Amino acid sequence: MKLKRLIIALTALALAIPAASFAAKEVKVGFIYISPVGDAGYSYAHNEGRKAVEKMEGVTTSFVESVPEGPDSERVALKMARKGYDVIFGTSFGYMDPLLKVAKKFPKVAFLHCSGYKTAKNMGNYFGRIYQSRYLTGVVAGSMTKSNILGYVAAMPIPEVIRGINAFTLGAQSVNPKVQVRVVWTNSWYDPATEKEAAKSLLDVGADVLAQHQDSPGPQEAAEEAGVYSVGYNTDMKSFAPKAHLTSAVWNWAPYYTKVVKEVQDGTWKPESVWLGMETGVVDISPYGDMVPEAVRKNVDNLKGQIIDGSLKVFTGPIFDQQGKEMVPVGQVAPDDQLLNMNWFVKGVTGTLK
Amino acid sequence: MQLQILKRTRRISFSGAVAVFVSAILLSLLFSGILLSLGGTPAVAGFSTLFKGGFGSRWALEDSVLKAIPIFLCSLGVAVAFRLKVWNIGAEGQYALGAIGATGVALAFPDWPSWAVLPLMALSAACAGGIWGLIPALLRQKMHTNEIIVTLMFNYIAVYLLQYLVLGVWRDPNSHGFAVSAAFSDAAIIGPLSDAASVHWGLVHCIVLGILLLLFFRYTRIGYEIKAAGENMNAARYAGIRVDFLVCLVMAISGGLAGWAGFVEVSATVNQLQPSMLVGYGYTAIVVAWLARLNPAGIAVTSFLLAGLRVGVESLQLDLQVPADFGDILEGSILLMVLAAGLFLEYRIVRKGRT
Repeated sequence: MKLKRLIIALTALALAIPAASFAAKEVKVGFIYISPVGDAGYSYAHNEGRKAVEKMEGVTTSFVESVPEGPDSERVALKMARKGYDVIFGTSFGYMDPLLKVAKKFPKVAFLHCSGYKTAKNMGNYFGRIYQSRYLTGVVAGSMTKSNILGYVAAMPIPEVIRGINAFTLGAQSVNPKVQVRVVWTNSWYDPATEKEAAKSLLDVGADVLAQHQDSPGPQEAAEEAGVYSVGYNTDMKSFAPKAHLTSAVWNWAPYYTKVVKEVQDGTWKPESVWLGMETGVVDISPYGDMVPEAVRKNVDNLKGQIIDGSLKVFTGPIFDQQGKEMVPVGQVAPDDQLLNMNWFVKGVTGTLK
Repeated sequence: MQLQILKRTRRISFSGAVAVFVSAILLSLLFSGILLSLGGTPAVAGFSTLFKGGFGSRWALEDSVLKAIPIFLCSLGVAVAFRLKVWNIGAEGQYALGAIGATGVALAFPDWPSWAVLPLMALSAACAGGIWGLIPALLRQKMHTNEIIVTLMFNYIAVYLLQYLVLGVWRDPNSHGFAVSAAFSDAAIIGPLSDAASVHWGLVHCIVLGILLLLFFRYTRIGYEIKAAGENMNAARYAGIRVDFLVCLVMAISGGLAGWAGFVEVSATVNQLQPSMLVGYGYTAIVVAWLARLNPAGIAVTSFLLAGLRVGVESLQLDLQVPADFGDILEGSILLMVLAAGLFLEYRIVRKGRT
């Protein structure tokens, strides 16, 4: 009997001491992805971030891939919340309203939405200033082109993509004023065959560097086959086009994801809207290909340093649109609001917003 | 020993048919179970997670019913055309047009009360989908085009029309440039059956429309004519049945039902028009109609099971980290086995020399 009482007492004692004093709070973290994680693209990059979170003490993670936006994403988020997940990351724009609905039903769960703009008491949003990386890749492309025509395979005419094309163009123009960027739309985020065909159409108009805002390495392969240069996106795409690949604009979500999950563990997390720049390490460029000369590397590394220390802002005036109208006056920096709603191309881009 | 395939002289008994289907499903489970264990997941645990995720709790059942609703309505429509052996592959486009039709009304009358705006949305959606079905029917009867090709091509036109609208005139000015329409007013949203339920009134639409269709085929002359003409169109024409009219009618009904599905989905679950709401229900509907042998009750069961399978696969991913592609493999193998098993409903295999 004594033993039994002792056990009860000990159990009670163990329960009374908060778990946190022993180890980090146990949290379950769920990720919802728009595409398969194996695509070397957008979801792959997010999943690399998840893997870093998985290594944290007291954290378990899981994910559901290829989740269409709309009702399916709402159901997956609900499923995670019901199964006791503490943090849910939704990594596609169209998950915004579904996540918001689920967030209202589960006030104790932390929701984080990538690339949107709505927040709630328990929902924050985040994205990265990938346009900074785009600018640097533009500098590389502008330095390497001989035909002065750069090709850009782009997904959808929305501000995120337009901003990237503009930053890439400004970067290229900074070293090569004659450069021209040709844009072709695929109307799809992930469609390897269409992306490759679109890339080929750019080769036909004389582009000798191909950049992309797409999730498959299709354009890289097209560049490799045609013997021209390429600039990748999302992750280091060197392995898909070893002879063509100059560099890639890449995502590195690990620092941000581990920070957020740590905050949730500590109970200090607050929903916020963040747009993470190169200084956080979330956006970067991948190592240069062997063909990129030393002078170009030095210049780009130097510019990268300036972006990180804040002395170089990508969208600094004067910036003109395609019709020559001044969009950002001399010496001024475009405010974030203008960047987030960008629906015009800078001078030097050939293409329409349709 | 030699085997011989003979046509059944009598219809297979009900229990025989059930046995054929059950063994087909068991075979496909065996096949995908082997795949699952090769991938490092114990097959039994995998299937139990799958089942629990799709059907094993009240939530799971609600999720599956919700997912089944648009598939059921599209499939019901497809089956109407298939009865007449008119091959409507265009449910996806008719569904998109329905969503467009409903959205047009919802955006035009944001101040209207539910009792006015919802019926008008349904009407507009059914008409838009119906017309999208009717055009290929007219082309087929007047200009002898192939409805398979035309309805398929119309899907692409519909998708681009939807994209054009949400990238253009209907784009929400507050969406930061993303391709979505403004959110509907609360009155234009089909609500849940009760405060505690997540299943919405669209389920009742399904039941009513399903029963109406059943009555139409069983008790009306036109319903009978469709069945008769489906057996042999030339004979029907010879017998004085207005085949041209019937083809147009079934395509309009077919498109109208898919359009209704678009209305229910855009109103009840998406609450705004966006391109990502097109996830292939119109194509799934064809498979479901075929598996259910065009029978409305069968379509209800099949669309529910297929929806549950898809919902369950998400749990499989979440709990056991099985790749999403496994769901497609599982679905594909079930469809293949069940369709192949259809042979045994019409034929039997005997040893040569015996009958």
